Amino acid sequence: MIVALVFLPLLAAIVAGLGNRAIGDVPAKLVTTGALFLSCALAWPIFLGFLSGHDTAHVVPVLNWIRSDDLSVDWSLRVDALTSVMLVVVTTVSSLVHLYSWGYMAEDDSQPRFFAYLSLFTFAMLMLVTADSLVQMFFGWEGVGLASYLLIGFWYHKPSANAAAIKAFVVNRVGDFGFSLGIFGTFLVFGTVSIPAILAAAPHMAGSTIGFLGGRVDTMTLLCLLLFVGAMGKSAQLGLHTWLPDAMEGPTPVSALIHAATMVTAGVFMVCRLSPMFVTSPTAMHVVTFVGAATCFFAATVGTTQTDIKRVIAYSTCSQLGYMFFGAGVGAFGAAMFHLFTHAFFKALLFLCAGSVIHAMHHEQDMRFYGGLAKKIPYTFITMLLGTLAITGVGIDGLFGFAGFYSKDAIIESAWAAGTQAGGIAFFLGVFAALLTSFYSWRLVFLTFFGSPRWAGSEHIQHAAHDAHGDAHAHDATHAGSAAHHDARVSDPSGEQGGGEPSSHARGFDEVPTGTAGYHPHESPWTMTVPLVLLAIGAVLAGFVFVEPFTVGRDFWQGSLFVSPELHEIAEHAPFWVKFAPSAVMLIGLAIAYWGYMLDTTMPRRFAATFGVLYRFLLHKWYFDELYDAIFVRPAFAIGRFLWKKGDEGTIDRFGPNGAAAVVAGGSIAAQRLQSGYLYTYALVMLLGLAAAATWAMAA
Amino acid sequence: MNQLGFPILSLMLAIPMAAAVWALVAPGSEEARAQNARVVALGATLIDFALGIVLWASFRIGGPQWQFVEHSGIFGRFAWALGIDGIALVLTMLTVFLMPICIGASWKSITTRVPEYMAAFLLMETLMIGVFAAQDLFLFYIMFEGGLIPMYLIIGIWGGANRIYASYKFFLYTLLGSVLMLIAMLWMSHYAGTTDIPTLMKTDFPRQAQTWLWLAFFASFAVKMPMWPVHTWLPDAHVQAPTAGSVILAGVLLKMGGYGFIRFLLPMFPEASNQLFWIVMGLSMIAVVYTSLVALVQQDMKKLIAYSSVAHMAIVTIGLFAWSRQGIEGAMLVMLSHGLVSGALFLCVGVIYDRLHTREIDRYGGLSDNMPKYAMFFLLFTMASIGLPGTSGFVGEFLSLVGAYRVQSWVAFVATTGIILGACYMLYLYRRIAYGALTKPDVAAMTDLSARELAMFVPIAAAVFWMGIYPESFLAPMRGDIGQLLARIERADPGGDGHPSKVAAAEPAQLAMAEKR
Repeated sequence: MIVALVFLPLLAAIVAGLGNRAIGDVPAKLVTTGALFLSCALAWPIFLGFLSGHDTAHVVPVLNWIRSDDLSVDWSLRVDALTSVMLVVVTTVSSLVHLYSWGYMAEDDSQPRFFAYLSLFTFAMLMLVTADSLVQMFFGWEGVGLASYLLIGFWYHKPSANAAAIKAFVVNRVGDFGFSLGIFGTFLVFGTVSIPAILAAAPHMAGSTIGFLGGRVDTMTLLCLLLFVGAMGKSAQLGLHTWLPDAMEGPTPVSALIHAATMVTAGVFMVCRLSPMFVTSPTAMHVVTFVGAATCFFAATVGTTQTDIKRVIAYSTCSQLGYMFFGAGVGAFGAAMFHLFTHAFFKALLFLCAGSVIHAMHHEQDMRFYGGLAKKIPYTFITMLLGTLAITGVGIDGLFGFAGFYSKDAIIESAWAAGTQAGGIAFFLGVFAALLTSFYSWRLVFLTFFGSPRWAGSEHIQHAAHDAHGDAHAHDATHAGSAAHHDARVSDPSGEQGGGEPSSHARGFDEVPTGTAGYHPHESPWTMTVPLVLLAIGAVLAGFVFVEPFTVGRDFWQGSLFVSPELHEIAEHAPFWVKFAPSAVMLIGLAIAYWGYMLDTTMPRRFAATFGVLYRFLLHKWYFDELYDAIFVRPAFAIGRFLWKKGDEGTIDRFGPNGAAAVVAGGSIAAQRLQSGYLYTYALVMLLGLAAAATWAMAA
Repeated sequence: MNQLGFPILSLMLAIPMAAAVWALVAPGSEEARAQNARVVALGATLIDFALGIVLWASFRIGGPQWQFVEHSGIFGRFAWALGIDGIALVLTMLTVFLMPICIGASWKSITTRVPEYMAAFLLMETLMIGVFAAQDLFLFYIMFEGGLIPMYLIIGIWGGANRIYASYKFFLYTLLGSVLMLIAMLWMSHYAGTTDIPTLMKTDFPRQAQTWLWLAFFASFAVKMPMWPVHTWLPDAHVQAPTAGSVILAGVLLKMGGYGFIRFLLPMFPEASNQLFWIVMGLSMIAVVYTSLVALVQQDMKKLIAYSSVAHMAIVTIGLFAWSRQGIEGAMLVMLSHGLVSGALFLCVGVIYDRLHTREIDRYGGLSDNMPKYAMFFLLFTMASIGLPGTSGFVGEFLSLVGAYRVQSWVAFVATTGIILGACYMLYLYRRIAYGALTKPDVAAMTDLSARELAMFVPIAAAVFWMGIYPESFLAPMRGDIGQLLARIERADPGGDGHPSKVAAAEPAQLAMAEKR
């Protein structure tokens, strides 16, 4: 069953990918979407089996892969409680995104390719979560990286999309550099790459030291940190996060599936999967906590200033991943996985809602040109509202709460309960980030759905309104897939500009002229709204229903990750102010957003003017891109050019072959005089010389 | 004689040779001779490929180390001595697999002096198989150096505008090494009293002499490999060579250097290999970073891939000198994979060069639009080149680096940066060729892969996946021979720096392994 679950998406991807234009759009879409829904239908029983305690962990061998001395790697599928969580997350979100893409991508002319990539991604992600060895995990890890690269660069006509795709792959490779070294080191220390064997042996190695780059360091700290570098890359943690916002260049369904719900959580999954290994190194755990907390804070600050709807959600994702990491770092792996689980629903929902808004607004992504959309696209509005309630963590303790209420609070309380310095810092940063989360999430809602329409200022809308000139139904061009419209989008580099730089004309939204420009946004087709509704149900209920097994349930995890009942006990009895803090700051964030974006709309602009330095610092995302460009990208090209011109040509060739020619033959003219007829003779002489030498040797 | 009852290796050497002669002497008009040469060359290489499959199928894994042995004295100690072990087997397979594809690649793009061209290729096939099959030191030498001549001609006659300079440079570099190697061989045969390679592999040469012999052989193999800093002939040779020439150069000729390391340097001079360990590792570490950065700034497609070859071959030398099974098996797989993948990448260059007659990267762009099949294969080989798991590039690279980490964490640390840099230059290349808007009219007029071109790419793609998903088929024949090599060099193991401290360390590792079994 698990074999079918994992390989169906691969088969579908092959059929749709190779069939491509030969089989046509609809068959390709049917095959891939059908396969995914089938996989999803197979995944839920597995999850429910573990939830009810009927199932136990098992491994299904597929094929042996690499045998070299004591290194032995198999293709095999591991199913345990941790995997089962990921299986439902991946297949559920993926199948809904497949369905959603029927509507969202309807006007695209290479849909089979798109769906093939989506299914390929799902396969790789499933291989990742079912991995029984680090090497197979790395296979899935790289596989999702490839799919991410292909999908970010899906609209390959756009230079910005191509740049973003390469950036994503390369930054992830920096993480993989650490991951690879981690695998090598783990193999050297434990003599195996089998995850269960490593986890069983890890406690015995605690406290030992190992040689690395000339020094001696703590074995488990080294291994965990190297592996964690991989997790940082994939999960866009501070320092290796720069690719994620740019990844918004991909079509929005991709952002929802890969860059929110599944792939970016692979790092969290990895740390949880290896949790018995990580807990053997307190240093590594502290690093994970710090990095997570710092990311959580950093991304939330940046999220408050972005005006591109997808970028706001992207930074929000980055920030939420930080929560998961510091949850894991303080030892609350169950809570981290729980937040991963709930986040998958509400973040996929938020992205798909954003996609629906973008779809309705004719590819305009700048929130300053939105406004007043609540009545025009009611399903999108309501589901997005539910998603926002979920991410900001609205709820009343002991009664009911939206998904994020349970999972985020569990993490924040665990950080407090850890009682360490790192935990304390994480607690405060986490609470502050919760305030920012609430602020930017409500800001997004207010800017998009409330107030009066500011559509007239948008070039995209003007374009659409112009196209629709005098024709009441022509605004349906969005659905009609007319060639002219398509060209317009493709040739316009700012179409779906997830990754564009923050706009140079730093106009406040309150300065944008109001008016509809005669444009009528329409609600999306059912293929798009049905996934929204289903995900909204998840966003509302996932926390309430599953909080017990994920955070308390030792029985549920069955040892598939490290559970600390003590930590849970302390968190459970945290003082009132600790428990109430996230809800309090959530209300403050809501209040500020309401004040700035509903009541006194000039406030944000005045604030930005007063604190100009801070505002620009945040708007430019702490200048990470500029910094990396200056210290990595440019120097790499400059050094490459230097080595080529001055090294290869200027030194090696000059004193090597060219120099030899000058000495031996009196200049390069002689070399050029070697005509092709000459070559024959030359070759003959050479062969004869060789034979003569050999003969002489024999005779001697 | 052998398990087949007929001298299959001699036959595999004779067929291309006979075909070469026929291509040259066949009568008729120029047009007829050209067509005849093409057909004969394709036929002969396909027959050799079929014989290669017979060879592989009848190779006894776990049988004697040397199989299909033939021996007949010619004069003095010089003998027609052939025979292969698993290592030679897989490299022979690589050769006979790539040759028909090369003929296919030259089918239309070569229009002048076709019979001579085909004859040169066929002669080269004989010499390449000869290198891997020779069991006599001087027979090996003749094949090894003789292989230069047809390549030299191919670049010098059918090459690009600056072909004379390239062939001259190619020749000069390789000549230097080969002279030193010849002297070393003469000394060795004198000392050991034999020219039989299997016997020499078991001979213990004096410590002092080993160093000199090692350096002499190294001079030759390092150039062929090519290792930094004697690599600068490679980009020029590739740029000037016709497509098929580049394929064979990257696919097989470079492997002769690696084969030399594994056949001569390591088993014959283990102590010297230990002593000069850091030379190899140092040069390889420089090569990975240096040539990757240089590849990043190339404007010429072939140069870019040529520089990437140097970086990949550095992983081979690192693996070979890692003193472990993972390292050596990994190095062998990198060689095989690089043979397939870089060969395929040069074919990819050839396909678009045939249409637009330029190798300048910036002249292209947006090929995914009008050449989707091409873009797909190009993407596959790009990904294989940067070692994506599931393709052939990963397994070898992974094993080599595991071995490297075992022997020196610094080496693994520096060499692993190659996975970042490799992604940079290959994806940057792919973006400039296949992505972007299709704005140039002449580029837009290019047609997608023809049936002939598809027939070249599909087998390579299949092999790339095969080696990536089930490399056991390729590892199994080599396992015994690499075991022999390890037993031979064990006594000079340089040790490693990355072993955990506690004595108890061995215990959990063994426990873990026991659990696994």
